[in-house]
Amino acid sequence: MLLKLKNCCKFRWRVVSDNNLEYRYMLSIKNLHASVNGKEILRGINLEINPGEVHAIMGPNGSGKSTLSSVLAGNPAFTVTEGEVLFNGKDLLALSPEARSCEGLFLSFQYPVEIPGVSMVNFMRAAVNEHRKYNGLPPMSASDFLKMMRDKKEVVELDNKLANRSVNEGFSGGEKKRNEIFQMAVLEPKLSILDETDSGLDIDALRIVASGVNKLKSKDNASIVITHYQRLLDYIVPDFVHVLYKGKIVKSAGKELALELEERGYDWIKKELGENF
Amino acid sequence: MKNNFVNDVTDSDYKYGFVTDVETEVIPKGLNEDIVRLISEKKGEPDWLLEYRLKAFKHWTTLEMPEWAHLSIPPINYQDIYYYAAPKTKESPKSLDEVDPELIKTFNKLGIPLEEQKSLAGVAVDAVMDSVSVKTTYKENLAELGIIFCSFNEAVKNYPDLVRQYLGSVVPYTDNFFAALNAAVFSDGSFVYIPKGVRCPMELSTYFRINAANTGQFERTLIVADDDSYVSYLEGCTAPMRDENQLHAAIVELVVLDRAEIKYSTVQNWYPGDKEGKGGIYNFVTKRAICKGDHSKVSWTQVETGSAITWKYPSCILLGDNSVGEFYSVAVTNNYQQADTGTKMIHLGKNTKSHIVSKGISAGYSQNSYRGLVRVAKKAEGARNFSQCDSLLLGDKCGAHTFPYMDINNDSAVVEHEATTSKISEDQIFYCNQRGISTEDAIGLIVNGYAKEVINKLPMEFAVEAQKLLQISLEGSVG
Repeated sequence: MLLKLKNCCKFRWRVVSDNNLEYRYMLSIKNLHASVNGKEILRGINLEINPGEVHAIMGPNGSGKSTLSSVLAGNPAFTVTEGEVLFNGKDLLALSPEARSCEGLFLSFQYPVEIPGVSMVNFMRAAVNEHRKYNGLPPMSASDFLKMMRDKKEVVELDNKLANRSVNEGFSGGEKKRNEIFQMAVLEPKLSILDETDSGLDIDALRIVASGVNKLKSKDNASIVITHYQRLLDYIVPDFVHVLYKGKIVKSAGKELALELEERGYDWIKKELGENF
Repeated sequence: MKNNFVNDVTDSDYKYGFVTDVETEVIPKGLNEDIVRLISEKKGEPDWLLEYRLKAFKHWTTLEMPEWAHLSIPPINYQDIYYYAAPKTKESPKSLDEVDPELIKTFNKLGIPLEEQKSLAGVAVDAVMDSVSVKTTYKENLAELGIIFCSFNEAVKNYPDLVRQYLGSVVPYTDNFFAALNAAVFSDGSFVYIPKGVRCPMELSTYFRINAANTGQFERTLIVADDDSYVSYLEGCTAPMRDENQLHAAIVELVVLDRAEIKYSTVQNWYPGDKEGKGGIYNFVTKRAICKGDHSKVSWTQVETGSAITWKYPSCILLGDNSVGEFYSVAVTNNYQQADTGTKMIHLGKNTKSHIVSKGISAGYSQNSYRGLVRVAKKAEGARNFSQCDSLLLGDKCGAHTFPYMDINNDSAVVEHEATTSKISEDQIFYCNQRGISTEDAIGLIVNGYAKEVINKLPMEFAVEAQKLLQISLEGSVG
């Protein structure tokens, strides 16, 4: 039995199991520190996310936004030096990148890589069947799979030729981003991290991608939207906006914060924090 | 569940590495004229064949091992090898009941059932262990169409004229060091004859297995496709894991007459040695086809994943006008494996065509070379060649090399060569990981995507096997 409580400005799921009562977030990040090549980039991130929520993360260049998404997805190039991340009650940092994916964490890459020779069909079939195997399900039949591919393509208005093309090979910038959202539609993640999905998109592609993301939104899933611009947030309306600066979340508020940042930039926040931050 | 799967893949290094406990008859170690005579005697051969062997042996003694390949080969002591080893069983058993159950078990374990009703639909198999053929399936069914498919030894006895006419006609014993050695000591192998106008209704295949220790395998395969015939033939090979190196020096000769076609596929999975490069098979093979007839066609397809050292160039002599030669190759090297492989296309007839697709995959500390020759003779009007050589690197300790040679003596020839080198990046692997695909499976996907063009040329049943093999061979090569 589920109860929804309003508690200050945060929503929490109260989970009632047989005999114990506990508060549980979908994602809970506590004091997360991470470094790359010995340089500390994340310096104590705290963030909690509930199902149904959209969190925007903004911040000046080099503040650690993409590092946060890489660390959550398990990119081996980054080293977690301190902190804890719980994802649906599981220790996320102890899981392999592929297990994180199968647990329902999806990263829409800022720069999707090209994989020559591997068709989208084969790639997605491998991904879907790995997810099913993880969940104790048999592989999907070829006909069911192809039908699903057809249905999901409509979410981001991708054309039929996509299936036989190699993963991202020769795709335009817009096609690559649409392809990311298409994969998100197929894998139906609980938590999606959209890492600068709006970068390199013209206004039409932005609208298609954003409407795809909105179609996939439900009360059971959540997203983290990393962006530089308010523009994307006109389409994907966030419940919370966080400012990341020098590896820490220094300000959190509602969607109006994004508008303010668009207008005033980040200098006023830097000033508030003082020179020694 | 997930972890078990990963362990399954990780533990499956080389699953054919077992040894069959079967009583084996060997002759004394070493090589001299008496040994050559003894092998011939064991086989109950006619005099002409013994003479052929002796001439070859005499020639071999005048030769030195060539050193031009991009390979580092430790010295081989040819006196320290057993040149004949045979599982003790009745020679050419009439029925399966006469075959040692241990041998049947071995081939079952290798996925090559010798019981016809259990075998892959539409595939006839000649199973060769060490120096003898254990069993050939579907022989009777094929005989009804006039197709001869039997061990080389039987062919010598039952079809001496055919063997005598074609033996050494494509690869003479004077061809090279290993061809001379093979001609002197060859033990068994397969013989195929497809009569005029017959399209062989099933895949023919030979499965080579080295079992005995310190033994070399020197088999010969001879396939003759008479006018307007067609055959698809496949060879597979495995060997136990042993610390010492073992020599495999085979000869394959293909003769293609007017409008006939031979499709020859190889899935080579000899033991490649361990992760430190200890042990493994030296695979030094001479394979050559002659397109004798007009409009004849030969197609070589090879997937090479095994052997410590692979050194071979399946080639086509395009003698007949309008004849076609094709070569599709995937060569994988991992750990300390070395490969120097490719093809030769010799255009002699008019309007002859050749097509070369070579895909090298190097990982670990391995060295992988493509070496190919395209020669167009003076009178070969209208010759056409297209070559594509791609290299894929995993990691930064391995090497990929390409040595294309062209010798064009006719101005009307059109010869094209394309080459690429690429690398599997950590970004690609992480991208796959993020979608739920493990690193091993990601490599499998990428490598199979890269090799698809060649794998698709294999008969369907073997294409699936070859895909799995590629993935297992590259086990642990990234990360």
